[in-house]
Formats: sequence, structure tokens, C-alpha cells
Amino acid sequence: MSLMKLFGFRGGLHLDYRKALSTQQPIRVAPVPPQLILPLSQHAGAPAKPVVKVGDRVLRGQTLAQPDGYVSVPVHASSSGTVVAIEPRPIPHVSGLMAPCIVIDTDGLDQALPEPEWTPVEDVQALSPQALRDLVRRAGIAGLGGAGFPSFIKLSPGRPVETLIINGAECEPYITCDQLLMAERADEIVSGVQVILQAIGAPHCIIGIEDNKPAAIAALRQAAQRDARIRVAVVPTRYPQGGEKQLIQALTGLEVPSEGLPLDIGLVVHNPGTARAVWRAVRYAEPLISRIVTVTGGAVAQPQNFEARIGTPMRFLIDLAGGYVQAPGRLLMGGPMMGFALPSDTLPLIKSTNCVLAAAPGELRPDDDAMPCIRCGACQEVCPINLLPQQLYWHARGKEYEQARELNLFDCIECGCCAQVCPSHIPLVQYYRHAKTEIWAGDRDQRKADLARERHEARQARIEREEREKEEARARKKAQLAARKAETPTAEAPPAAAGAAAAGSDPVAAAIAAARAKKAQAAPSANADDPVARAMAAAQARKAEREAGSASPAAPATTGGDDPVTRAIAAAQAKKAQAAPSAGADDPVARAMAAAQARKAERQAGSAGPAAAAAPTAATDDPVARAIAAAQAKKAQAAPAAGADDAVALAIAAAKARKAARDEAVIGKDPTDPT
Amino acid sequence: MLTAILALAGLSAAFGLGLGYAAIRFKVEGDPLVDRIDSILPQTQCGQCGFPGCRPYATAIAANEADINQCPPGGEDGVLKLAELLGRDPKPLNPDNGVAKAVPTVAVIDEAVCIGCTKCIQACPVDAILGAAQQMHTVIAAECTGCELCIAPCPVDCISMQPIAETPKTWRWPSPAEAQTA
Repeated sequence: MSLMKLFGFRGGLHLDYRKALSTQQPIRVAPVPPQLILPLSQHAGAPAKPVVKVGDRVLRGQTLAQPDGYVSVPVHASSSGTVVAIEPRPIPHVSGLMAPCIVIDTDGLDQALPEPEWTPVEDVQALSPQALRDLVRRAGIAGLGGAGFPSFIKLSPGRPVETLIINGAECEPYITCDQLLMAERADEIVSGVQVILQAIGAPHCIIGIEDNKPAAIAALRQAAQRDARIRVAVVPTRYPQGGEKQLIQALTGLEVPSEGLPLDIGLVVHNPGTARAVWRAVRYAEPLISRIVTVTGGAVAQPQNFEARIGTPMRFLIDLAGGYVQAPGRLLMGGPMMGFALPSDTLPLIKSTNCVLAAAPGELRPDDDAMPCIRCGACQEVCPINLLPQQLYWHARGKEYEQARELNLFDCIECGCCAQVCPSHIPLVQYYRHAKTEIWAGDRDQRKADLARERHEARQARIEREEREKEEARARKKAQLAARKAETPTAEAPPAAAGAAAAGSDPVAAAIAAARAKKAQAAPSANADDPVARAMAAAQARKAEREAGSASPAAPATTGGDDPVTRAIAAAQAKKAQAAPSAGADDPVARAMAAAQARKAERQAGSAGPAAAAAPTAATDDPVARAIAAAQAKKAQAAPAAGADDAVALAIAAAKARKAARDEAVIGKDPTDPT
Repeated sequence: MLTAILALAGLSAAFGLGLGYAAIRFKVEGDPLVDRIDSILPQTQCGQCGFPGCRPYATAIAANEADINQCPPGGEDGVLKLAELLGRDPKPLNPDNGVAKAVPTVAVIDEAVCIGCTKCIQACPVDAILGAAQQMHTVIAAECTGCELCIAPCPVDCISMQPIAETPKTWRWPSPAEAQTA
């Protein structure tokens, strides 16, 4: 292999790698654990949607959850067994929060699907890039390097790619999963590289490996001999060489633009584990159900690498590695520089878990109390991306997130070099992470506010439009009415007079009916609190209506001011008056309201008896009405009795009284709260 | 003498034309200050400030008719931002307008109790409640601003405010500075 020019990157550190701890033994295939916990969100992007139910028997390789949206990948059963729960469980995430998981009790048979969900591909060359991407997506492959970005998206660059880079640097202390994978499964990695090259249409590939992994370098060089497009480049060991941007800079001399992607400069970077997973998915139709994971640290008896099923509880792996020799001081997922603390060792292994680090007490630098910043500038010297860690720290600490963003906070790769060299032991990276999540939260709030503004404005516009339309309709009706009125005296009066004469005594009856109808119309306002009077008025009005109807059609015309429209209004009013008192019985809305009230009353007050005794007498014979009264008496003694005849008014009064009582109880609650 | 007068008259005419043109050509529609204030307000449209919505409150602030500390949903951060924009002194929230919520909330309708009266739908300022007369209603959680305006009109009290649960995606790193002092 010809000597190639290396460029290096700025900053960085030499660390105590402690990789030899876990490289003494070859990769060991871990048995299937009794229980698998598979989070639905093991990748960046939207969580997958379950397609199995609790109680289903599932087989190895079966799809358990389908992707939901574009940036999402499926989740597969890592072994055969029974789905016992689909529920939120603690997941390995910095927040320590719970997220939906599918839990499988394995049956120990590890039975595979009789037919894989897609056909294994013998001749990869014959497959189109699109078909390859689909396979990679169906296999649920998300970046195995740690970030867990869905791999198929990185296989769909949408623009020409010059070089594929395989990131085998693995610069973080303790972690050796890629190192052993490259040394032991170099052939599969190279085959995977060939598949990826075909999918993205890149002409060549550089595999970058740090020079502290001679076995991996030798194995990959050997395997890469069969393809002239693939070159193995050895880079010096310096943290964070394995950072995507740093490795690109070291290998090509190109810099990824600020807040940009490697694709912006025609590069795509994959992890060797991902390359192998791609190969197995295409060639053997094997979804991503296992990965290599390093179990290491001073608290573990025999640190080593396992090929373990996704979803295996970490404790199971630690026990396989001989268990704890002492209680771990810190338990981390990932390495000591970029990993995060785990609240417990019962959490499952997920697609992005490269290392479980159980450090002995005192093995790692303790999280001791930070001292004030002395502005020494050591952090700035080691920053591999030329940021100003000290300024970022001040802004993040002072909650001046916008200023931090302007200082390119989002280019920070959180490598931890600055915190490592800080003589005051300030947890700088945590400040940056804090600032980043605060900015994201602020952006989310802003988006939500913009949406609310838009919807509010749309609503205002709609209300205005409806108001205007109503106004126009009213004006139209008025105009029609006026036109009709102008016609009536000339065109209809003579026949009306004739009709009146023909009907004999009818004009008198019609006049009485009209008067009664008028009275009925007035009744609701006059006798609003007297249901009996209202019912009587209604009955009279109905009678009057019938009488008027049976009289000659022209009859109303003879009674002066009572034209047909007025009559109709009177009839409608009368009907309404009739309906109101018996609302509890015929009006479905009121009935539903009463029923709901009753339900609520039953639920909230176990004993409605004493309250019912005090209920308005009007309601005594109707169980539903009694329940309303009970609820009202129980929960809102202050409810005004005036509204007692109307179920709606009653319910509203009760609700208002309840609200008033609540507001009084909560001191300091907004007194101007609109009711 | 005449030359000077003519020169000055000519100059004023030229500048007058220029200004007149600029006033038409570069006319700013609306009040940009109101827009900027409105963009700081949280758009809950809750009316706790005493104005019927965020924009009327923004208009009142711009006209110096309202103070900047009347928006509980915006919280202290909102007051700070307004103070910065308007060059005023920040002040604590006015307790008369209510208190800021510790956690954001969303309205949830107890669908077993809902009678389908549509009163909450009419009250919602952002049309986040879905339903029809005598049909069960439900809140579109993503659109709900947590303004609580739907609670009072409900005749059967089936609406309650629930805190929005934190997920790994919305989780925020605590500030080490606060963790230390706490």
C-alpha cells in the first residue's frame, strides 16, 4: 500500500486508553437472555409503531414495530418468545426517562422465521441502489457508532459522493467493539463496504483506523486486497480522532462546514459495525438483532466483548463477564469521555450501545465540585473544532443561549477535551448540552407559539366572516320581507275578505287564536320561572295554532298586523315554550346533560340522600332530575334557585359554583379568570 | 439675495419630493413594534393579561397602555425579553394576572362525561377542540396552548388540565450551575 498523506486535525488529547482490558479475549457470542426489552426508539428520529400485541408469539427476525415517518426504522424480535408487555420502561438515555418498549419473554428455542421477511441476495451487484436502501431500512439498521442515525438515509445521499469513509478510529478509551470486529470479521466489513459503495455510487472508500489497533489494520488490509477501491489508512492515535469531522479532516484535509454534514463536501461516513450489518442484511436477510458490545471497567471481573442480542439487559452481560468484583463507582453507557451515566444495570442493550462501562470507585476522574474559571484558556487549546469553550461556558451559564448559538455552539461535538483539561474541573460539556437542549426547547416553544398565532388568526378571520355572512343574510331577509309586505295589501286583501265571509264565525276564532299565540309568545319572558304557566301557554298556543290552521288560509290577513310570518314566529315560539319545561324528557341534549350530571354526581358523591331531600320539589318524581338536584345540592349549594326550571341553566350554575368554590380554595389563583 | 432664496427653495423642493417619494415607496404597513412584541408573547390567547388575546395586549404595550408584566404564560423570561426589546426595567410578574405555571399543561376531556354541548369548542381560541353537537369532543393536544379557557364553559366539568409529560426527546439537560447551588 502506498504511503498516503495525512492531514491531522487541530487540538485533541492523548488519553489513557485502557483498551487492553477488554481485548484479551475474542468476541464471545452471548446466549439469549430470559427476557428482552426492545425500546421502540433506538434510533434518531420518530419511534417505531408496534405491529404485535401482548400475548403474541414472535420468532427471531420478525418485525415487531414498523417505522413511523421517514426518519425511522423498524424493530425486530431478537429471539423467539412471547410478547408480555408493550409499555413504558426505563431506557438507556441521558434523561433516565421511560419510553415505550416491547418486552419479550424468550422461550430458549431461538426459533427463526421459517421464511425471512425478504429474500437473501446472492448477487449484490445485480441490485439497484434503491433496492439496497430498502433492504437496509427493512433490516432496521441504525448507525452502530453511537448516534443511531437511520443508515438508509445515509445511503440515499441525493448527490454524487466522492468517497465513503469507514470510521474505524474508535478513539474513546475503554471501547474496543469496533477494534475486535475489524480484527475478527474483516471480510464481512469489506463486503458491507462494497454494498454501501454500490448504494451510494461512490468510486472509492477509505477505512480510517488509529495506529493503536495493529491486528485490525492487518486484517482489514488483508480483506481489502480483493477490491482496489478500498484503501486502509492508518491515522495517529489522538482523541477525538474518531469524531466524524476530525477523521474527515485527518484523511482528506477537508473541513465539514459549520452546522453542515459530511455530505456537503461529498463524503459519507459509516461505522464498520454498520457496514457488517448491511452485509448481513443483504446477503443473509438478517435484520439488526445483535451487535458487538464492550463490557469493561475495573468493577467487572473479566472485561470482554460480546456479540449480544439487542434488548439484552446489561446486567445479564455483566454476569456473563464474571459479574462485579466490587460495586461499581460509576456505570456508563459509552466511554468515559462521551458516555452518560446509567441509573441501573437492568437497562437493555440498544442498537447504539457500543460499551457498558462499570468503573471501579476512583477509576475515573470524579465529578467533584467545580472551582471558578480562572480563564487559563487551556480548553481553547484542545478544542478540536476551534470553538471558544470558555466564552460558550459563560454564555451557557448565564442563560445567554442566543449568544452561545452565535459562537457556533451547535458545532460542538461534545468530545469532552475541554472539560478534561480544565484545571478547575468545570463540567463544561454539560453546560453546552444544557444550552443546546434549552435552545431546542425554545425553538419548539416558538414553533408552537407561531402555530397558535396562525390558528388564532384563522379563527378570528372565520368568526368575522361568519358574522358578516349572517349580517348579509339578515339584510337579505329584511329586504324580502319588506318587498312582500309591500305586495300584501294590494294583492291579498280582497280574497282574504272573501275568505272571511265564507268561513262564517271563523274570523273571531282566528282573532282569539292570534291573541293567545301572542300571549304564548310573551309567556317565556313573563313567566320564565313558572313551568306550569309556560306549559299552559304552550298548550294554548298549540291549540290556537291548530284552530288558525283549520280556518281559511286567508283568515290571518283579516286580523290586521298578523301576517303569515308573524304567525309562524308565534307558532315557533309557542313550540319552544312547550319544549322547555319538559326538557328533561324530550330534548336529547338536555337529557344527555342530565345523565352526565347524574353520572358525575354518583361518582363524586357517594351519598346523595341528604342532598336530594333538600332538592327543589319540582324534581321529586323524576330519578334523573333528582340526580341533577342531588349533584347540584352536593357540589354547589350556592347555585341560584332561580334557574331551577331549566336543566341547562342548572348545570351551568352548578359548574360555576364549583369553580367559584375552587378558586376560593386555591389562594393566589387568578381572580380575574374569565368565567 | 435672490440666488440664496432660490437655492434654498430649490433644495427644499428637491428634498420634499425625495421625502414624499420615500414615504410612499417605503411605507411600512402596520406597526412593526406590535409585531415584535407579539412574537415574544407566548400566543396562548388566554386573556389573563386582561386583553382579548396576545395581539391586543401587544398593541396595548406598544401604545404604553399596559405594563410588560401581565403575561403569566410568558413567565419571567417573557418579561425579560419584553424589557430588553422595549428598553424598560424588568419587573416581576403582576400577581393580579395570575402565576406562571411550573410545567406546561394541556387540556384533556373526560370523554365518558362529555355531553357534546360544543361550549368548549366555541371558547377555544385556537380551534384545538374537535367535535360536533351531541358528539364526544376531544382536544388536539399538539394544538392546545393550555389557556384553560375551555374549563369554565363546560357544564359538566369534564375538562381538566394535565401536565405535559417529558419524553426523552423533549428532555432538557439541567444546568450544572443550578445543580451545584441546589
